[in-house]
Amino acid sequence: MIAAILSLTLLGAVLGAVLGVANKFLHVESSALAGELIEMMPGSNCGQCGFPGCSGAAAAIADGTASPACCPAGGKTLAAQLAAKLGVAVDLSGLSGEGPKIATVAEELCIGCCRCGKVCPTDAILGAARQIHDVLREACTGCASCVEKCPTGALVMRPVPVTLQHWVMPKPLAA
Amino acid sequence: MKFMKLFRRLKGIGWGVHPADHKRPAADAPVRAMPVSARLYLPLQQHLGGPARPVVLVGQKVRKGELLAEAQGAVSAPVHAPTSGVVVAVTEVAAPHPSGLTLPAIILEADGLDEWTELRGCDAPFALSAAEIGRRVAAAGVVGLGGAAFPSAVKLVGAARARVAALVINGGECEPYLSCDDRLMRDSAPAIVDGIRLMLRATGAGRALVGIEDNKPEAIAAMRAAVAGIGAVRIHAVPARYPMGSEKQLIQVLTGIEVPADGRPADIGVIVHNVGTALAVRAAVREGKPLISRLLTVNGRCANRPGNIEVRIGTLAEEVIAFAGGLKGDGLGLARRVIGGPMMGVQIPHWRVPVVKGTSGILALDATEVDGIAGRETAPCIRCGSCVKACPMGLLPLEMSARIRNGAFAEAIPFGLKDCIACGCCAYVCPSHIPLVQYFAHAKGELAGQERDRLRAEATKKMARQRQERVEREAREKAEAAARRKAGRAAAAGKQGEPACFNPRPD
Repeated sequence: MIAAILSLTLLGAVLGAVLGVANKFLHVESSALAGELIEMMPGSNCGQCGFPGCSGAAAAIADGTASPACCPAGGKTLAAQLAAKLGVAVDLSGLSGEGPKIATVAEELCIGCCRCGKVCPTDAILGAARQIHDVLREACTGCASCVEKCPTGALVMRPVPVTLQHWVMPKPLAA
Repeated sequence: MKFMKLFRRLKGIGWGVHPADHKRPAADAPVRAMPVSARLYLPLQQHLGGPARPVVLVGQKVRKGELLAEAQGAVSAPVHAPTSGVVVAVTEVAAPHPSGLTLPAIILEADGLDEWTELRGCDAPFALSAAEIGRRVAAAGVVGLGGAAFPSAVKLVGAARARVAALVINGGECEPYLSCDDRLMRDSAPAIVDGIRLMLRATGAGRALVGIEDNKPEAIAAMRAAVAGIGAVRIHAVPARYPMGSEKQLIQVLTGIEVPADGRPADIGVIVHNVGTALAVRAAVREGKPLISRLLTVNGRCANRPGNIEVRIGTLAEEVIAFAGGLKGDGLGLARRVIGGPMMGVQIPHWRVPVVKGTSGILALDATEVDGIAGRETAPCIRCGSCVKACPMGLLPLEMSARIRNGAFAEAIPFGLKDCIACGCCAYVCPSHIPLVQYFAHAKGELAGQERDRLRAEATKKMARQRQERVEREAREKAEAAARRKAGRAAAAGKQGEPACFNPRPD
């Protein structure tokens, strides 16, 4: 009993000391650029880009393995900002094709299970247990995390509706 | 200062354009009052600012002048029932807007009785305090009737707070085709002057300068007669030059002071109100009447009987045209439908849009009037500088459009994109027919969209952070509650002298 406790304590202490020393001498300076990019990302960690959260995506964009246009929640605007920051050209056509989308609840299908609200990174889904849920249009970032959690398929991604407040006079046709 | 004024007078007005005004014969025809339509469509947002919030239920009976929707937020205006009847729906209706999109609106079915609700007027309005006048104007839903539809009470109260020295009354009506303000000044000059005096009382300003373009001699004569003996109100004939009715230009011509680029007229001690607004203010304060109808011009070569018509707010443009005399050849030659004036008004896809508080005209233009605007080919810019000379704001339209065409919206800002008043003079004079003002409208919309996206991104970040904090707080509270339960059980067990059991409920 005593021998076991002592050996495990010793092992823990030695390994801890090794880790501490390694942290001091093998410290990796995290890229300052990645830090700046993280500040620009939406910060909702929705994971739609395929990276573990916004910091992962920012690191990948900073070292060039991911396109600045990889963030669906940030959309065209963020892609343009990131590209300007990095000084690279980016193909925005893939983003402009579909346009931004947000989640909407099909009221006849919603059973009020509350599963969607728990994964929403911005708390954009309202609804108590066994009550029909709803999505706050202004708070939804379009990450679609909720869609796969819905057991009845009541959550669907729809294009953001154009309202009078969002409408923009079309660009005149060039000569 | 005196010298500068003289110099300016000798130099004349360099900016602007002078399109053929097409105001007569509509301006000379007597005003006709249109009977109430069977259904009125009342958008909740007929003004700049926040939309009004409905306070009536579907099926509710209302009387003429009763409140239908209340103002919401600091800059907003209420909506009243233009006639007595029943609320049949609160829904979306087509907006008088080039996009053809819809707006939330209340639909009122008239009962034909047209009976007023109880009105609270005031026989001695000059005894009221400035704040009380402002409150009555706000309650009556009065907005600027010149076209921008900014809530008038907000402007009056703001002017009183900023201690403005002068009130400029806009009787310019520089837009071609429109003559409703001209008609109001000819027919109700004494009432307008009464309204102006009430506005002076509400703002605390010492004097009022009324600017009327010199192509309206009858209006000038009528207004001069009405102000005889009233020292505080002066009538000035100003040169007929578009856009004289733009507030910054009118202020400069009347007072000689220029409104700073990022400032408002109140910053130089002036506010501007339209003559129609003065009349609405008078009705609101003296009689307690809310703004439920307005005078508008039906004009254009396709209109059978051009003229000015008193219309209830919410009437469909289609019905107004039918009342005015219909379209020539049943609208066969119709080339363009316009709400407002031909320079700054909006082109609409169909006539089934309601008249709102800011609707100053309904124009049915034929091909000869539109030709030269729509039919012509755009050619490259030859850098002649005509647009620079015409721009009343002193901007460089050719430089701005070159950048906007290339998608570089932000680069157009240093050339004055944000100061552009969208008057359209540049596009009007351009010999290459470049749609300059459309480029600017596009760029302003895109820039506003970018700003919205930026605010949205910030809000998203904040919401994500708050959620993170909430999740952590809930976890902490859960852990604390569990610890308390455990401690409580341990204490209970200690008292009874029994061994503490393991957690009976696995978490």
